[in-house]
Amino acid sequence: MALLYVRRDMLAPQAPPASQSGAIHWVRDNLFKGPFNTILTLLAAWVLFELVSLSWPWLANGVWSGASSMADCRAAVAAKAGPDASGACWAMIRERWPQFIFGFYPPELWWRPILTFGLLFVALAPVLYADNKSAMSKLCGVVGVLTVICLIGADGFSFHTVLTIALFAALTAAAAIKPRLLLIVTLIFPFLALWMMWGGSIWGPISVMVGFALVVWVVITAQPKLGTIAATILAVLAFTAFFLDPISSVLDLAAGVVNFVASWFTSTNWHPTLAGSVFGLGFDLRNLLPLQPQVSEAWQAMLPYDLTYVASDKFGGFLLAFVIGVSSISISLPLGILLALGRRSDMFLVKTLSVGFIEFVRGVPLITMLFTASLLLQYFLPPQTKFDLILRVVILVTIFSAAYNAEVVRGGLAALPRGQYEAADALGLDYWQAQRLIIMPQALKISIPGIVSTFIGLFKDTTLVSFVGLADPLRGITTIVRADIAWKGIYWEPYIFVGAIFFLVCFGMSRYSMYLENKLKTDHR
Amino acid sequence: MKKSVFFGALAATTVLAGSAFAGTLDDVKARGELICGANVGLTGFGAPDATGAYKGFDVDLCKAIAAAVLGDAAKVKYVPTTGETRFTALASGEVDVLIRNSTWTYSRDTDLKFDFVAVNYYDGQGFMVKKELGVSSAKELDGATVCIQTGTTTELNLADFFKSNNISYTPVTVGDDSEALRQYDAGACDAYTTDASGLAASRASLANPADHIILPEIISKEPLGPVVRHGDNNWGDIVRWTYYALLEAEEKGITKANIDTVGTSTTDPEVKRLLGLEGDLGAMMGLDKEWAKRAIAASGNYGEIFEANIGTSTPIGLARGLNALWTQGGLQYAPPFR
Repeated sequence: MALLYVRRDMLAPQAPPASQSGAIHWVRDNLFKGPFNTILTLLAAWVLFELVSLSWPWLANGVWSGASSMADCRAAVAAKAGPDASGACWAMIRERWPQFIFGFYPPELWWRPILTFGLLFVALAPVLYADNKSAMSKLCGVVGVLTVICLIGADGFSFHTVLTIALFAALTAAAAIKPRLLLIVTLIFPFLALWMMWGGSIWGPISVMVGFALVVWVVITAQPKLGTIAATILAVLAFTAFFLDPISSVLDLAAGVVNFVASWFTSTNWHPTLAGSVFGLGFDLRNLLPLQPQVSEAWQAMLPYDLTYVASDKFGGFLLAFVIGVSSISISLPLGILLALGRRSDMFLVKTLSVGFIEFVRGVPLITMLFTASLLLQYFLPPQTKFDLILRVVILVTIFSAAYNAEVVRGGLAALPRGQYEAADALGLDYWQAQRLIIMPQALKISIPGIVSTFIGLFKDTTLVSFVGLADPLRGITTIVRADIAWKGIYWEPYIFVGAIFFLVCFGMSRYSMYLENKLKTDHR
Repeated sequence: MKKSVFFGALAATTVLAGSAFAGTLDDVKARGELICGANVGLTGFGAPDATGAYKGFDVDLCKAIAAAVLGDAAKVKYVPTTGETRFTALASGEVDVLIRNSTWTYSRDTDLKFDFVAVNYYDGQGFMVKKELGVSSAKELDGATVCIQTGTTTELNLADFFKSNNISYTPVTVGDDSEALRQYDAGACDAYTTDASGLAASRASLANPADHIILPEIISKEPLGPVVRHGDNNWGDIVRWTYYALLEAEEKGITKANIDTVGTSTTDPEVKRLLGLEGDLGAMMGLDKEWAKRAIAASGNYGEIFEANIGTSTPIGLARGLNALWTQGGLQYAPPFR
């Protein structure tokens, strides 16, 4: 018996009812779902409408060019939209943008920061994209094209442009063929950037690089033969001899004490140089160390090569923000990891010092640290010491953000199950191997959002340096522009311009962090 | 025991540090550069222009000192200092002289261990109001809203003034000059009060300067001038007398234009002494004979500097007022050069 009431052919699919699909459905579902949602939507729409209707005329009447003062701008707005209209004066940005970007860096040398900025991305490529060849070569290529465009814009078509084209072509090729080669750029970039930005003799940064290589070499060769502790001591000694001047410091301190005691009895002044010369042989111990400047001077004498020196007070605007931001970010992450490990260490001294450092630094506002950099250090250092203000600020900002990073990384470490540590022990890995191969890759992955937030916060905090008289883009350069009688009275435009650039940079960092999280997602939650 | 040695060393270092300041003149000469503490940006008085070169009324005094000491007005390094960092920068030796509209007060002179060697601008706190308010004196401002920058002495002066005149006001506190100007322009306050020189610049930058007036009352004394550290009197003398040389030049009619010829045409012995044609005034301070001549040649005499940066021919348009020479009813008075 055939079941006649059973359908044998499918009904054609029908479009869902109008209330369940399309724009109407979306609007009902997202904007007007229930009375509370409806009220919120109407409120938001009203606020948006008010904001736009308030600011629209100002934006629409904006003067983009052809004005060289506020008075010109006002006249142009009045001519365009009547006497009572308000209008933005973007012509100011058009006239003064070099100051917002480069501060007072000499225009004929702009190619140096531009090229350095381009190379920054090449140096970052192996860190950002690990072994992803296509992403790295794409990044190098795009950055190369942009750098060349900027160079032509700033400098015209010159020798530097040709050099840059060749350089970026080579780097892009390297990224496509053997991405590991770019790690060399990453390693030398800090020294290269220092030299490109400030100029001076090329042998300065090279000798510093040699010094670091020496320290690393000492550790690598001594560690298997003499053990970790002896190797560390040797490395510290090598570092001291190469970069520091303990002899003079000890002599100065001794002279200070002796003179202080002697001042009760006589008026003689024991001079540290006299104490430093070995038995009147005319050889001054004080000139012996450090080795680094001597190496650098010797090479400079043999093969002189200089870039024009640019003093720190020429740095300003986004150039300054990037110098402080990038150097602090790149130093504070490794420092933060070490501090986090120190805080979780079983060694009493290491743990106490780490906890003390982190808690102290986190308990102090950044502005206090900046004032310390600018004011207090001046009192502690010997008079007439030339210790660059930007360097001082970078050091203290780095310390500040290292403490925050340490806590973020510690959060990542705490999130790891105990079994991971025990597995590492069971495999017979030593402490550093376990950290490098098992713990850190997982802990850092967990900490990515936190670390990137710290970085974004740090980059925005670079504007605080205006309190110590540095020309940051937001307040420093804006004050300078407003001090010009032609632009006095301008208010929103510089803030909007600087804010937009900050947003682009921070948004970029945030998007990258999301990409990285996605890429490293290995669990299937 | 160890502690006392440490503090001993610290004290010794401090003593050494103190003595290191004694020879600012030698330091400047050895360095070949004068380090001048400047303002981060104050219209007309000191700010970098579009090319980064510092310009302004205070800056020209730095140039004059550099010309007198080093023979070249361009050998100045300007260190931008904020209201918070300026005095530490000077005390710690980061700058040789501070020329950034700092008010000479008792405590700064004594407690902070500085010397205000001269007054290059007599300022005072004033009020700006809209003309349509119909007010002609600050005493008629009863019940007015007043825009005032927080954390400044102007805030205290304002409270004192209204209290002593037994009238009331509502303060509208703002962060800085640009915000104040914006609030005032938008009608958030009836009056804006700050130093009169700043008011003039602010008024000039408004859309219709003629719609606003600066009231005649000046409610405080703000003598602004160059500052040096205590303890190096010779350096203080150099800064002071370089400034007086500019004043004296104005009084005697020596200008940037005629400085090369006036020496031969004049019969005034003081002019000859000032220009180094008679006597040897410079040697008394460790400078050469033509120090004052170079200082005047750098940017002109006091009057020329005033007119070029903030005077009536500039958009800021400040009248000489108290800063006129004593011969013209002002307070600027240079002691005799002999």
